[in-house]
Amino acid sequence: MKSLQELEAIRQKTLETINLRKEHNGTRIVVGMATCGIAAGARPVLAAFMDEVAKRGLGDVVVAQTGCIGVCRLEPIVEVYKPGLEKVTYVKVTSDMVGRIMTEHIVNNRVVDEYTIGAAEAKKQ
Amino acid sequence: MIMKEISLHLLDIVQNSLSAGANLIEVSVEINTDADLLTVGVADNGSGMDEQTCLRVTNPFYTSRDTRKVGLGIPFFKEGAEGCGGDFFLSSAPGEGTKIGASYRLSHIDRPPLGDMAQTMLTLCVCNEDVGFVLRYARDDKEFMFDTREIRLALGDGIPFRTPEVMEWLKGYLSEGIEEVNGGMDV
Repeated sequence: MKSLQELEAIRQKTLETINLRKEHNGTRIVVGMATCGIAAGARPVLAAFMDEVAKRGLGDVVVAQTGCIGVCRLEPIVEVYKPGLEKVTYVKVTSDMVGRIMTEHIVNNRVVDEYTIGAAEAKKQ
Repeated sequence: MIMKEISLHLLDIVQNSLSAGANLIEVSVEINTDADLLTVGVADNGSGMDEQTCLRVTNPFYTSRDTRKVGLGIPFFKEGAEGCGGDFFLSSAPGEGTKIGASYRLSHIDRPPLGDMAQTMLTLCVCNEDVGFVLRYARDDKEFMFDTREIRLALGDGIPFRTPEVMEWLKGYLSEGIEEVNGGMDV
């Protein structure tokens, strides 16, 4: 059973490394969490990103939530902001897609084109 | 029914509290097996709503947002509960925060599962570091209390909840607490 006491140990362990993390220069992964996003499955996607970031120990990556992005039919929508680069918007994201976005885009800076809004809209035409 | 789980409705309803500028949000889940009732609610200290707004929020064609013209969160929450032999309640006043909730007949055939309450709370805490969250999760005489203010106190300042080790801990703490109260019951 987990207890609040364990937090003291986590505190000791983390404080040593935390100052090295430069969150302000890091990547932001933003998941749309309005009614449209949540109904379309945004919560497990957000949780999967959080899991991946934790598993890989990526201290400079922030996972955040936002409201309705405005294209409800393409939810769940995930926006990736990398410092100095243009925003990338992924649409109809599922938990299964998260691993690939993490490995290719977040870690290796290669955008997963086929998951982007551009690809989704091109396919439609 | 657009939400597959009641815990997704709660996540959605809490977004309203966040938009209303709340910095303390209490989520409650109460399972009463004798009364055959599941009652869920959200209470916040946000800006609150006047009487007229309270009446309008259950109308799908009312929303405070400007990215689209409909607001389906509360109307669906209300309808879902009422369709399962339950009730919807809302009380709010400007400057006094908002209390909103719904009940469901536990045994009602159309009742969605409660779903992953731990994931709802975890995503909220990690993404809204500066907001206090409380979860009161009860089944009959058993209760689990989760309070990010206590956790913040034990963890000290300067360590965000999104720190990998802390996130893991929060996840485990929430799921263990909830499972313990459920005692094997499938909610």
